[in-house]
Amino acid sequence: MAPALEDELRQVVGSSHVLSRPEELLVYEADGLTHHSATPRAVVLPADKTEVVQIVKRCRAHGVPFVPRGAGTGLSGGALALDGGVVIECARMNRILRIDPEDRIAVVQPGVVNADLSKRVAPHGLFYAPDPSSQQACTLGGNVAENSGGPHTLKYGTTTNHVLALELVLPDGKLVQLGSATGMTVGYDLVGAVVGSEGTLGVVTEATMRLSPIPERVETLLGIFGEVVSACRAVGRMIRSGLVPAALEIVDRRTIEAVEASVYAAGLPTDAGAVLIVEVDGPAPAVARQVERVREHCVAEGADQVQVARDEAERQRFWRARKGAFGAMGRLAPDLYVHDAVVPRRKLPEILESICEIGDRHGLRLSNVFHAGDGNLHPNISFDRRDADEMARVLAAGEEILRTCVEAGGVISGEHGIGTEKRDFMGLLYSEADLEAMKKLRAAFDPTLVCNPGKLFPTTRFCVEANPKARGYDQVPLG
Amino acid sequence: MAMSDAQGSPPQLAELELGTLDCVHCGLCLSHCPTYRVTGRETSSPRGRVYLMRGVAEGRIPLGAAVAEEASLCLGCRACETACPSGVQFGSLLEQTRAAVSDAGLRSGLAARLERLALRQLVPRGLRLHVFVAALAWVQRLRLDRLALLLLPPRFREIHALLPPVPPVSQRRPLPRSFPARGEPRGRVALFEGCLMPELFGAVNRATAEVLSQQGFEVVVPAGQGCCGALQAHSGDLEFAKGLARSNVAALAPAIEGDAIDAVVVNSAGCGAVLRELDHWLGDEALPLAGRVRDVCEFLDEVGLRGPLEPLPLRVAYDDPCHLVHAQGVQEAPRRLLEAIPGLEIVSHEDPSACCGAAGTYNLTQPEMSRAVLTAKMDALASVAPDVIASGNPGCLMQLRAGAAERGLGARVLHPIQLLAQSLAR
Repeated sequence: MAPALEDELRQVVGSSHVLSRPEELLVYEADGLTHHSATPRAVVLPADKTEVVQIVKRCRAHGVPFVPRGAGTGLSGGALALDGGVVIECARMNRILRIDPEDRIAVVQPGVVNADLSKRVAPHGLFYAPDPSSQQACTLGGNVAENSGGPHTLKYGTTTNHVLALELVLPDGKLVQLGSATGMTVGYDLVGAVVGSEGTLGVVTEATMRLSPIPERVETLLGIFGEVVSACRAVGRMIRSGLVPAALEIVDRRTIEAVEASVYAAGLPTDAGAVLIVEVDGPAPAVARQVERVREHCVAEGADQVQVARDEAERQRFWRARKGAFGAMGRLAPDLYVHDAVVPRRKLPEILESICEIGDRHGLRLSNVFHAGDGNLHPNISFDRRDADEMARVLAAGEEILRTCVEAGGVISGEHGIGTEKRDFMGLLYSEADLEAMKKLRAAFDPTLVCNPGKLFPTTRFCVEANPKARGYDQVPLG
Repeated sequence: MAMSDAQGSPPQLAELELGTLDCVHCGLCLSHCPTYRVTGRETSSPRGRVYLMRGVAEGRIPLGAAVAEEASLCLGCRACETACPSGVQFGSLLEQTRAAVSDAGLRSGLAARLERLALRQLVPRGLRLHVFVAALAWVQRLRLDRLALLLLPPRFREIHALLPPVPPVSQRRPLPRSFPARGEPRGRVALFEGCLMPELFGAVNRATAEVLSQQGFEVVVPAGQGCCGALQAHSGDLEFAKGLARSNVAALAPAIEGDAIDAVVVNSAGCGAVLRELDHWLGDEALPLAGRVRDVCEFLDEVGLRGPLEPLPLRVAYDDPCHLVHAQGVQEAPRRLLEAIPGLEIVSHEDPSACCGAAGTYNLTQPEMSRAVLTAKMDALASVAPDVIASGNPGCLMQLRAGAAERGLGARVLHPIQLLAQSLAR
C-alpha cells in the first residue's frame, strides 16, 4: 500500500483527522447493518467544503474510490468503503449555517444531527419533519443520501420533500449548486436525483432544508390490541375514512417486551399483542375531533383499550420507546437484521402473516415494528452473526420476505436504501432497461465510478438475473 | 493488515466479549458521547470503543497503543448507558479494558507511574493525605505555589488551576462519630465520608451530617471506612480498588448488621456509584452495603423534607454529576430539593447531564480533551448567568470552580446539600 495518498490527506485536513491504523479502520468496517463489512483504506474527517474538494481530487488522482459517511447508523451497508476506498467522515461538518424563519429554511452542513436541527429551530416555532428512529444520532447528510423517512412520513413525506437545494462536490472535484432555496427548480430536478442516490453522485457539503411550523396541537394515542392483524385493520379503516394522521405505527409484542426492559421503557402493556401508536396534529378543535374518530376506529377493530398521552412528557416517552425499539432488540441477541420493505396498505394483514410464517419456518426470532400508515414494514430478525447456520437462515428468510413483498406489489426498501444489502435484488423490481437508465444518470455524475462504488446496482458477480443460484448474501463479508 | 493472535491476549479479555455482544450497533449512544462530539471519530464513540473491545476479545486486533489510547480518552461518564436501549454495561466494560491495558504494561510512562503511586500510597492513606493537604495549605499560604509555577512545565498550571484553596483547619477536623437525631426521630443512617471529601470538602460532609440530624436522623460515621476505590479502578488498578472496597465492606458491616440503619448516605456521586455497584466487584458479600447506598439528595427526597425552609433568593444552575445521573439514575431528586427552597430559582442550561470533563483524574491525564469538554459546559452555564452552580461530586466541584473562575463567571460553586443546609439553618 503506497502511503502517498494518506500523506496528502494529512496535509489537507491535519494528521489528527486521518485515521489509518488497523484498529481504527476496523471500527469503520460496518454501519448499522453489522453482517456486511468492508475495511476502508483510510478515514478522513474534513472540517469544511474546501477540504472535501481537496480530498475528492486527491482520491481521484490516485484512482482510489471514496464514500461519504455521516454517523454510520445506516441499515443497508451504504457507508461501507468497498474496494479499499477512503471513508469521508462528515461528522465534523456539523454547523447549522443559517436559519431563516420567514422563508422557513435552514442551511446546514451534512454532519448536523437530525434531532439537533429541530431543537435549534424550535424557538422559531418550527421543526424539521423527517424523523428517522435514529434521529438523535443520524446526520442530515446521511438522510439526504438515503432519502430517509420516519414515523411522520405518512403526513409530511420523506427527506426528498424537505430538501430545497444542495451543494455537491462532484466526483471530479467541481463544486456545484443544485436546486433553489425558493423550492422552485428551473431545469432538471437534480436535487431530486441526488436525494436517495446513496452517495453515488458526489459528496453533499451543504443542504437547504425546508422547515415546518410546529402544529398548534399534537395528540398521541395508543391503541392496545390483542393481535397485530387487528391493529393493521384499524390502520386501513382510518385511512379509508379520510383521516390523515401524522403517524401510524405498530409495535408488536416481542418488541414491546424488549423496549420495556430498557431505558426507553414507556409503560407500554407487555401483555398486548400489539400497540398502534396514532398521532394527530393540527388546529386544536380539529385535533380534538380527530382523537375521537381515532378512538372509534380502534374500538371498531377490537382494541382492548385506547389511551391518550396525558401530557407532553408521556407523549415523548411513547416516541422514545418507539424509536429505541431497534436498539432494544439487542437484548434478545447480539445482532439484529432490520428489514425494510413496502407493501400496499390493504395487504398489510396478509403479508404480516406470511412474514411471521417465514420467520417461524426458518426457526428465527422475528419481530415487527413498522410504519403501518405507509405500509412500510420492518421485520426484525434477531440473530448471532457468529453462528453460520443461523446467518444462512436469516439471509434465506430475508430474501423470501422481499420476494413476498414485491409479489404483493410492493418495493424492496421504504427508507433504508439499497447499499450493499439489496443491490442484487434490484432485478426483482427493475428491468435491465430501467437499471440502464439509472446507470446512465450515475455515469453523467461519476463516469469513472470512484464515488461509492459497489452500491445500489446489481454487481455482475452477484447478479440475480444472470445466475439464479448466486444470492449475493453468500458473499458476506464483502470487500 | 496486522492481526494479532487470540492466544496472545490476556485471559481476562475473554470475559469482555460477552459484554460487548450486548451492542447491536444502533448508534443511539453517539451524540451522547462527549469525546465523539468533540472529535467526530467513531473510534472515540461508545459504539466504536465497544467494537474495539470486541475486536481485541476476538483476536482481530492486538491490545496495543490504539486501544489503550481510546480506553484512556474515554471520560467514563457513562452517558452512553442512559442512552443505550440494548443495556450495554459500558462502565463495566471500560473498567475491564483499562485493567487489561494496565496489565499488558501499556501504561508505563512516568505520568502513569506517578498517578499510580499517588492513588495507591497517598489518596487512600488518611493520615498521609491529611499531612499532604496540610503541607499544601502552607504552600498556598506562603504563595510558594505561584513561585513553583514559574519553574515547572506549563502542564502543572492546569493542575494548579484545578486545586481549590485548602479549607481552614477548622473544616478539616474529623467529624464526630455520631450526630443525634433532632426533633421527632425519623431513623438512623450511616455517613460515608470518602477520602478527599474530609480534606477538601469538609464543609460538605459537615453540612450533610447536620442536615440529616436536623431532619430527625441519627447519623453514625463508622470508623475504619476509607477511599472507595473509584479513582484506582478508573485508572486500571482494579485489584487494588477491590481491596479498598473490601475494607469498606468490613468497616460498615457493624453499622449495617441487624438492619440498624436505614441507609448508607453518600454525598460524592463518584463514591456512591462504586458503592452501589459493589457486588459487581465483590459478589454477594457486598450486597448488604450496596443495597443500602443512597445519595444524600436522593435520600432526603425519598423521606421528604421537614420544614421550615427559609428563603434563598438565588438563581441556581444544577449540573448533574455523571456518576449520579448516568450511573445511579438520580436526576430529579436534587432538583426537587432545591426547588423546595423558597426564592430559589433553578435556571436551566443546555445539556446539564453532559460531562464537565473532570471525570476523576481525567482532567490531569487528558488535559486537552478535558478542556474541550469543560469549554462546552462553561458556554452553557455562562449563558444563564447563575448566582450558584450546584453539583454533587468533589471532582465536578473542583472542575466547575476552576472553569467558573477562568471565565470570570462570579458564580459560587456548591454542593446542593450546602444550599439546603443554609436554608434550614436560618
